[in-house]
Amino acid sequence: MTSGKVVDSLWEVFLQEKNNSGHVHVGSLRASGSEEALQAARDVYARRGSPISIWVVLSESIVASTPADAPSFFDPKDAKSFRYPNYYKVPRTLKDA
Amino acid sequence: MVWEELRFQALLRHADDRLVLGHRLSEWCGHGPTLEEDIALSNVALDLLGQAKVIFEQSIKTDLKKRSVDDLIYFREIRGYRNVILVEQPNGDFACTILRQYFFDVFNRLWLNSLQSSIDKDLSSFARSALKEAIYHERHTKSWVVRLGDGTKESNERIQEAVSVFYPLSYEFFAQDEIDQKVFSKGLLPNTACFENVWKEEVALTLLEATLQFPKRTSTQMLRGREGRHTEHLDRILSEMQSLARAHPGASW
Repeated sequence: MTSGKVVDSLWEVFLQEKNNSGHVHVGSLRASGSEEALQAARDVYARRGSPISIWVVLSESIVASTPADAPSFFDPKDAKSFRYPNYYKVPRTLKDA
Repeated sequence: MVWEELRFQALLRHADDRLVLGHRLSEWCGHGPTLEEDIALSNVALDLLGQAKVIFEQSIKTDLKKRSVDDLIYFREIRGYRNVILVEQPNGDFACTILRQYFFDVFNRLWLNSLQSSIDKDLSSFARSALKEAIYHERHTKSWVVRLGDGTKESNERIQEAVSVFYPLSYEFFAQDEIDQKVFSKGLLPNTACFENVWKEEVALTLLEATLQFPKRTSTQMLRGREGRHTEHLDRILSEMQSLARAHPGASW
């Protein structure tokens, strides 16, 4: 492999499988444009399984949380079991219905 | 020539085109300009070998010598090969490979499209499935032809050179002899004359979009790949491809 002078952009690839509701991230690749990225995604990630749709997204377009965000973003839910449906008792009248 | 032999010979030509070109492309495996393109070219190589396999399997149904597909691939001498001269040409640089492949891909898509209406049910159903991958091959190589032609000065010069070398070889796709004409008239294989102009027009449009010059009419070289008259390049492919099977006859892996 030789690296060209022009550095291709990094793209993230998402595949939607048959019987699967959402597009799932499967990996990344380098390509010089959107059509090239779509073709490369087809060639690199879509030869197996039964995909029905591909998304390619410029990696730089993705805004991500950082590990430093994690305590304030995700941890408070641990002490709040009332946020989950199984916290609540289902009334007998509903159960029977 | 009896019908069985005509049918066998006619199919062999198209199987050999795909076998030899698939083998050529496989030489890029591990050497592609990028990881993504390496995989893309290897995928096309595999698709072509898969198409070759089906056509070989169909061809041997009427081989009077009752050879197997392996016999045909590994134990035929160079004079028995019936591919066009274009597909045995060396890979050269990436532009060369892409241009050679684009010329074949347009031909293959048009040929498979017509093959869908073959009187032979196995061939027509093969054509329906192979056409889908052929459409993709063409999309991929066409976009490269445009990018390289309308790219940098160097990429333009390289693919322009490939156009002038390969365009004169492309007419062999459409050359016809008695064998071709008999299988066309029976409706077994497509009459390539029906889409020769379409091929030329589509290629011309792509070259235009790629800002490439159409090659000037060069001397009409006689191309006789269909008669088994090949360049030394095929000799090298065959010695590599056939050596293992010949050294260990009957081996399986």
